[in-house]
Amino acid sequence: MSKIDLSMDALDPAKLKEIDALVESLPDPSGSLIQILHKAQSLFGYLPPELQLYVARKVGVPAARVNGVVSFYSFFIENPEGKYNIAICLGTACFVKGAAEVLEKFRTELNLPKEKSRTDDGLFSIAEVRCIGACALAPVLRIGDKIYGHVKPADVPGIIQHYRDLEEEG
Amino acid sequence: MKKDHRTNTEQYTRLNSRADLDRLAEANRDLVALRHEQAERDPNRKVQVELLVCGGTGCHSTGAGVLMENLRQALVAHNVDWAKVVQVGCLGFCAQGPIVLVMPDNIFYVKVQPEDAERIVTEHVIKNEIINDLIYVDPETGEYVPHHADMGFYRKQKRVALRNCGLIDPEEILESIAVGGYQALAKCLFDYTPQEVIDVLKASGLRGRGGAGFPTGVKWQFAANNQGEKKYVICNGDEGDPGAFMDRSIMEDDPNSVVEAMTIAGYAIGAHDGLIYVRAEYPVAVWRLQTAIHEARMLGLLGKNILGSGFDFDIKISLGAGAFVCGEETALIHSAEGHRGEPTRKPPFPAESGYMGLPTIVNNVETFANVPIIITKGAEWFSSIGTEHSKGTKVFALAGHVNNIGLVEVPMGTTLREIVFEIGGGVPDGKAFKAVQTGGPSGGVITTENLDTPIDFQSLGAIGSMMGSGGMIVMNEDNDMVEVARFYLDFTCDESCGKCTPCRIGTTRVRELLDKLLELRGDMETLTILKQLCNAIRDSALCALGQTAPNPVLSTMRYFPEEYERYARREVRKYYSINPELCIGCTRCVKACPVDAISGTLRQPHVIDPEKCIACGACHKVCPVKPDKAIVLPR
Repeated sequence: MSKIDLSMDALDPAKLKEIDALVESLPDPSGSLIQILHKAQSLFGYLPPELQLYVARKVGVPAARVNGVVSFYSFFIENPEGKYNIAICLGTACFVKGAAEVLEKFRTELNLPKEKSRTDDGLFSIAEVRCIGACALAPVLRIGDKIYGHVKPADVPGIIQHYRDLEEEG
Repeated sequence: MKKDHRTNTEQYTRLNSRADLDRLAEANRDLVALRHEQAERDPNRKVQVELLVCGGTGCHSTGAGVLMENLRQALVAHNVDWAKVVQVGCLGFCAQGPIVLVMPDNIFYVKVQPEDAERIVTEHVIKNEIINDLIYVDPETGEYVPHHADMGFYRKQKRVALRNCGLIDPEEILESIAVGGYQALAKCLFDYTPQEVIDVLKASGLRGRGGAGFPTGVKWQFAANNQGEKKYVICNGDEGDPGAFMDRSIMEDDPNSVVEAMTIAGYAIGAHDGLIYVRAEYPVAVWRLQTAIHEARMLGLLGKNILGSGFDFDIKISLGAGAFVCGEETALIHSAEGHRGEPTRKPPFPAESGYMGLPTIVNNVETFANVPIIITKGAEWFSSIGTEHSKGTKVFALAGHVNNIGLVEVPMGTTLREIVFEIGGGVPDGKAFKAVQTGGPSGGVITTENLDTPIDFQSLGAIGSMMGSGGMIVMNEDNDMVEVARFYLDFTCDESCGKCTPCRIGTTRVRELLDKLLELRGDMETLTILKQLCNAIRDSALCALGQTAPNPVLSTMRYFPEEYERYARREVRKYYSINPELCIGCTRCVKACPVDAISGTLRQPHVIDPEKCIACGACHKVCPVKPDKAIVLPR
């Protein structure tokens, strides 16, 4: 957490109430921290520092412990995803069939270097995921509920264009 | 995914005795009556034909969901009320998905598209005519194979842990009960003392399927011997090996076997609480386990006084959040307690002090799936399968460069050659087989010379790999072994929890050394250092993740030393090349090249002489073409 001065005003109070209700219903909130964070992420989409601090105070544990847990698990994300999150499988079966090249192509096409995960317009984000279990379709990626199988780097511009078109059609 | 067809809802009343369970099983036999090879069409039955659609991830992502809907609509459109569509668990043959199995005709349709639904109903269901172009064709003989038992993929398999996968609707406990579900639990509760249950497990020779292969009965014995007011049974459903999906299939396709086995374990060790730790990335598995637990509670198969025996047991689900190390039992326990999933030293073993400091057993999903059938069929039956020290079967997720990608279960002692070439159908595109990686990021490669090794816990260890949880990735001649090792190290670096120095820093250094080699900055000494470092990590890391992290490097160095040496001697020629379609002919690269390897004139595509190129990258840096530069460094 880089920011020292955190304001929780930006967090939707209605959603915070839902978190409160969950925490208050649990016999051992500290031991159920992961469950609480799952809930928080499902409500807000990601876990910004403000939200982590909120959870820490509510549960009564140091914020460092919350951030320790959040940063430890890959399922928890600290930055918002794009409207279309491109989850590229980097499991072994996909890797041996060229998933790294597909990832690279998405990065260049969307102009997203490794340290950046979301495009400036908020439309796309890239997530490297470990095995989504569709090894027969390797290399495979998932955008929303849609699975793309046997993806080649050459298919990438078309896939991106498809979602850009969707956007324009509204 | 959501349950929409509760048949026999009125029968969800509490079972108060073993006889109640038997009656319920008998009353629901009809649900699965068509799913035997001997079954035949009977015009007097209410349901004469069942269309079993595979609901595994592989089939689902290729359109099985739409297909199922289309089949239902087609049945309605043609007024066929004597046939029904059932979504069953994974049939295993993912490469041929989506799959539709028509019962009782026992016809196995492959690569079925949503638009084929109409034909299946009009031609097959109504006229009973086989649709030839949807039948699997044996790639070697060119013959049509309508029955899956005759396919190379299934012929050598023996389904024990996967016995119900693809046979029943996983969201209907009555189907599970109709095929014998919960009979093993009843047998334990009414015929055996807890010690007798443990004795059966010990005699069966069942060993943990999560990777390490610890004898299950012995583990249960430790926990049973530890006195405690409260004990825990934990099911490890944190399947982290990328490229492995055995446990997910069992949780998704036969959740009731897991629930039943955990209850048996609770009875055996004296626990009344169970916990399933499952990855949040497996939403379908979570949903189906919840359904199974809910239905089992309604039937009195979980909760207080199970089947009137006086024994209490209940199960809750704990969601993981994606961390490979959580497959290690102490790390898993910390994670279930709401902490970072960092492992701790053993002893104390979880059997003494585990979840919340209480005696705990942690068993893998596949291990649990074996338990009920061992109880039903006996230790002798189970130990007759497999090799001397590894009994039973093992499920493998076969993937990579192999024709028949899918989930396979074979007796221990089957050779890799049988799995890759007979069941897997060999390597596609006429490429040569190079190696198989077993044990995922903790395992190693197995090469042609060891293809005839019978697979069991000992033999795989002896050739520098390990059984692992069951991932099996086939690599072909194009796969660069140094790159493969680099891939796994990338994974372990990422997943190292950071607690111990050898793993946290050591694996990062190993990765850097591999990068050095791959970028042609290394030499023969790099190889020596690499090996030393790997051995040091193996000897000094805290948990199994760290100790086994160097295995992919050590094993590829052992079997493919020449590939490492080629990088060390910088004999791998790397040179840049220009894509003539993208090159705009600006001559910037010509001017930038320090060795004059690039020729070309203005507005004409330039060319790099590979003999002269030293791969310094100066040309790539100055190339103005966007978004992809016209100059690339092929790997």
